[in-house]
Amino acid sequence: MTTILDISYFIAILSFIIGLKYLSFPQKAKLGNLIAGIGMTVAILLTIIISFYQQTINTNLVLILIAVVLGTVIGQIMAKKAEMTKMPQLVSFFNAMGGGCALLLGIIEAQQFHEANNRMAEVVLIAAMIIGAISFTGSFVAYYKLGGKEVPANRSLVLVLSRITLLFLIVIPVLVSYSFLDLSLAQEVLVLASIALVYGIVFVIPIGGADMPVVISLLNSLTGMATALAGIMFHNLLMISGGILVGSAGILLTLLMCKAMNRSLWNVLSGKFKKSGGINSANGEELDIKTITIGELSTQLAFANKVAIIPGYGLAVAQAQHLCAQLDAILEKKDVEVHYIIHPVAGRMPGHMNVLLAEADVSYDKLKEMDDVNHEMKSYDLVIVIGANDVVNPAAENDSSSPIYGMPIIKAYEAKQVVVIKRGMSKGYAGVENNLFGVPNCRMLFTDAKVALNEINNELKRIS
Amino acid sequence: MLEFIHGNQASIYFIILSIFLGIEIISNVPAILHTPLMSGANAIHGVILAGAIIVMQQVPADDYLNLTLGFIAVLMGTLNISGGFFVTGRILSMFSAKKATK
Repeated sequence: MTTILDISYFIAILSFIIGLKYLSFPQKAKLGNLIAGIGMTVAILLTIIISFYQQTINTNLVLILIAVVLGTVIGQIMAKKAEMTKMPQLVSFFNAMGGGCALLLGIIEAQQFHEANNRMAEVVLIAAMIIGAISFTGSFVAYYKLGGKEVPANRSLVLVLSRITLLFLIVIPVLVSYSFLDLSLAQEVLVLASIALVYGIVFVIPIGGADMPVVISLLNSLTGMATALAGIMFHNLLMISGGILVGSAGILLTLLMCKAMNRSLWNVLSGKFKKSGGINSANGEELDIKTITIGELSTQLAFANKVAIIPGYGLAVAQAQHLCAQLDAILEKKDVEVHYIIHPVAGRMPGHMNVLLAEADVSYDKLKEMDDVNHEMKSYDLVIVIGANDVVNPAAENDSSSPIYGMPIIKAYEAKQVVVIKRGMSKGYAGVENNLFGVPNCRMLFTDAKVALNEINNELKRIS
Repeated sequence: MLEFIHGNQASIYFIILSIFLGIEIISNVPAILHTPLMSGANAIHGVILAGAIIVMQQVPADDYLNLTLGFIAVLMGTLNISGGFFVTGRILSMFSAKKATK
């Protein structure tokens, strides 16, 4: 019987590898997800069946079955109901579930640990539990922050607390290892679990809203590591491989996101920006702001040949992605070429903006990556910036005192004409003035993105 | 420590290779697929459920506290897996749906 389990684990591991690989190709991604899902289902079902093969049916089995059925159904309902703008929250919620599972696993296992006197094995258990706990509370804080809620907290207190808790998490296991501290494994695990839960909270609190893509992939990767460590504890190759694959892939994605913002991981985690010289506020007064009306913009759109839309998170907040797609369709009928230029960190999780636009039925080949179009920016007659700010700020290129200096940006200012749809002159996440608003070929349209797009669409329909 | 390494040699090789494989697999992902990839990877680490099931099976039937904890652990693990795969499927279906209409 265990041979069957081993074979099913082998197949499941293969399905994870193939599934993840296929997820890198637009045409095969759906198949990849299916393959990984089937592999997972088979492996889990066989684990349940075989672990109870020798025993009679008991409470434990019944409880497991109830939990599995309940979990599957709830998970499916949650996945079906969530709006696409809330996708990042959902992913961090499910991530929290994985972390919580690792945490509870460690707590239960600590009470019935067999490998007595094997400190190394105990350390593996503790590490899996700690990482799981951090990921658990960390993901929940991320969940709240993604929902736009600020967690009220004293910044310096949080920073001190996070240093202290981290120190305890490292020192306590060392003290116990060398018998300076007399705790049973179960006690040690409970103490460390409580500290790790606090650490998870104070670890994510100082991280800013725009850095969320980095944090989500980091937390995802952490849960993967916890899974892998738990796999070592149980000598379970399926858990090791699944965990490590996610862990290493997650770290890579995390670093990719950091690179797109030109910030180090450390910088993001400590919630700091490079110190700016305070020159920006002075610059703000000198910006020569010129506005444009809906009518003028509509006319310009109707007579343009090539138009680009640069969407940011503001577009998602205003729920305007569908109107954006409508505009796109109207312009298409007038033989205007429309592209979307998407910055790698637009949105609240990696690739978030692509998903939102896909939901609104925007064709895949209209979505352009920043690096692909930056060199041909001059060929666009009109660029509309909706809900994006820092990612189009030329200060990143020409103002070395700016905190965002060096960040790769979309060179919107090089287009023949730029229109920024924005509610007011508020600053972007980085808190710097956007010099783009002052360049000669830039016009501002101060209104809500949804209202503006709606009126433009009506206007365009009238013109035709 | 050396003893531990010696006893787990195969696992350690396995881990090292898996790390490189993980990096290799996603190194060329287009930005458009970042979200489904992350969400898919998110589902895969739900495999920790296997551990929860193994632990749960060892809990004595009259140890109600640990049975409860184990129940929650299994529930959480399953949520992670099912939610993760279903969400990924939903995201991907939006990509392909409009391709069919084209």
